[in-house]
Amino acid sequence: MPKDLVSIKDISKEETEALIDTALSFKDVLRRDIKKVPALRGKTVVNLFFEPSTRTKTSFELAEKRLSLDVINFAVSSSSVVKGESLLDTVRTIESYGIDYLVIRHPSSGVPHFIAKQTRASVVNAGDGINEHPTQALLDAVTMKEKKGGVKGLEVAIVGDILHSRVARSNVDCLTKLGASVRLVGPPTLIPLNPPAGVKVYYDMNDGIRGADVVMMLRIQLERQGKSFFPSTKEFFKYWGLSAERLVLAEKDALVMHPGPMNRGIEISSDVADCPQSVILEQVTNGIAVRMAVIYMLQG
Amino acid sequence: MDKRTHIRNGRIIDPSQGIDGYGDLIVEDGLIAELCIKGAEAPRKKQSAAAANTGGEMIIDARGMLVIPGLVDMHTHLREPGFEYKETIRTGTMAGIRGGFTSLCPMPNTNPVNDNPTVAAFVIKKAMAEGYCSVFPIGAITKGQQGQELAEMGLMQEIGCVAYSDDGRPVMNGLVMRRALEYTKAFTFPLIAHCEDLSLSDDGVMNEGSLSTHLGLKGVPAAAEEVMISRDIMLAKLTGGKLHIAHVSTRGSVDLIRRAKREGIPITAETCPHYFSITESAVSGFDTNAKVNPPLRTDDDVAAVKEGLRDGTIDVIATDHAPHHVDEKILEFDRAPSGISGLETALALSLTLVAEGVLTINQLLEKMALNPSRIMGIERGTLKPAAVADVVIIDVEKEFIVNPDNFASKGKNTPFRGWTLKGVPSVVISKGRIYDNAEWKG
Repeated sequence: MPKDLVSIKDISKEETEALIDTALSFKDVLRRDIKKVPALRGKTVVNLFFEPSTRTKTSFELAEKRLSLDVINFAVSSSSVVKGESLLDTVRTIESYGIDYLVIRHPSSGVPHFIAKQTRASVVNAGDGINEHPTQALLDAVTMKEKKGGVKGLEVAIVGDILHSRVARSNVDCLTKLGASVRLVGPPTLIPLNPPAGVKVYYDMNDGIRGADVVMMLRIQLERQGKSFFPSTKEFFKYWGLSAERLVLAEKDALVMHPGPMNRGIEISSDVADCPQSVILEQVTNGIAVRMAVIYMLQG
Repeated sequence: MDKRTHIRNGRIIDPSQGIDGYGDLIVEDGLIAELCIKGAEAPRKKQSAAAANTGGEMIIDARGMLVIPGLVDMHTHLREPGFEYKETIRTGTMAGIRGGFTSLCPMPNTNPVNDNPTVAAFVIKKAMAEGYCSVFPIGAITKGQQGQELAEMGLMQEIGCVAYSDDGRPVMNGLVMRRALEYTKAFTFPLIAHCEDLSLSDDGVMNEGSLSTHLGLKGVPAAAEEVMISRDIMLAKLTGGKLHIAHVSTRGSVDLIRRAKREGIPITAETCPHYFSITESAVSGFDTNAKVNPPLRTDDDVAAVKEGLRDGTIDVIATDHAPHHVDEKILEFDRAPSGISGLETALALSLTLVAEGVLTINQLLEKMALNPSRIMGIERGTLKPAAVADVVIIDVEKEFIVNPDNFASKGKNTPFRGWTLKGVPSVVISKGRIYDNAEWKG
């Protein structure tokens, strides 16, 4: 296992499968009454979030505490960054505290990669720009494995704003590596003109989800409205929203996934979000197990 | 409409089926029922297209006439809602019938702008109730034609819009145009681009050249059109979105489109009769009826437009029928609105291309019926059995003098007043309904 997890591309299929299996065993730990293991007692992690985050940050923090790490949250708004300190100086300062892990989220693509080269600590990417969100891809794979018995051979439709989605980018690589076929579905304005090799692109959602084993909806960021990506949320939902009527086109037992937070009525209807096929809340639970596995495995 | 109409002995031309021969066409229940080609030789005696009613079957003798698919105008301004004093759906479709057009595609620059399903539904309902021919609305690309936010092109398509254009107002923001073109890829409709760089055309009112210097009028350079066509060709190449270029008027534009097509970029283009019939010299004397956007150009541009029509660079002849009230045209040249009332002269002006040998009659019909139907994905422009019965019987030899006072259109603004033209759509059948233009007063 490498020192860092900045990109899903950096880990092999075997390493990915090992992370998934480790996550599943940590999930057993999370079902116990006492949910903490002493695995990383005495080690220190800094959560360095340059972008607002509630879910991912909470998930990482819980995972770290379950591993008995000492956790420092570096709040960017109150730090020297706002005083004009360079990113590199901030990282070197933090490193001088003698830390072992750095969990980083940043609005610019490539920041975790840059920092990983500058520090001896293990760096975990918690989302960089529109580039990657590797732990999200891993938790999605864990959820699919748990519900479908494996990822290999699954038809996975990822629907919505692919262009700006770090979740989609990490998922494409992770799922392809594990032997699933990936379809990208959405308005042409929100799908890259040059999609990754090996994926199929669908502008028609009915075709895109027909026969799919997994329908993964992405969040439509409302700030994209008025920027000519799509005319209105009404039109978006009509053509690319997941409604109950549309979901029947997928396999009968298809999983409905969403990385959250959802816009009910825009990319997914309420009845679908809450239907038995929806595993959206399981994704959240698996997120903690996956983040425990990643930090645990990176130590060696 | 429930009875049969038998059109006999005409020369039937339908490029959609590769048909050009003499024979009969039978219309029944508003549809083409039967097409019977007897041979390539004309029956001897020539008569008028007189209609006779015999025993429940209407017989139309079309000896000496052309029997063709109803013409399709993919660029019309019907002005309703909002500018009913210029034109209405009723008078505009009446002008269409007079001109041999059975399908009109009104541009969205009405008031309110046709940029949402409600206005689109209004236009369609009104056309069903009051229109004499079929109306396929073109919606706006952007909300309010402001060039900023995409209009609900998908939802408007559900209502019946067949293409999108901010006609009259180019989408100046290249990123918005890029996204609009990308967005079309999820659907079947094209974008129709009014190509004009507003920063270059500025407040120009005629073609920029020695004549504009001579007249002391502010000119619009050919480059204002060509720069924008270049941009849109590049965006079509980048995105693969469907692009149709409206009213091509310059040699440079024709060259750009020809080159783009050779490269395989998915674009189509149209021109209008006034861009191959007259030049900027029509503006001499400050005739506001010759003020049009893009402006009338030079002899060389006219030659290039004809060459573009001949070699297939230009796919479509559209009218850009732009009726205005007479009070608006009797104004200072700078203040008068641009536009020509074109529906009732387009066919005869275009037939001169056949007389000149620029196009065959078959090619002309491709450009005035088949190609616009294909570009917009409407099932018109054909005489195939079971198609909607849109048929025009043309007396190609009949001459007439253009007199806008007799136009069915409210727009009397034409630079062709007093011209003697040849070719009259004597009988027009729209959705099975027969209009005898010699008798019909609307």
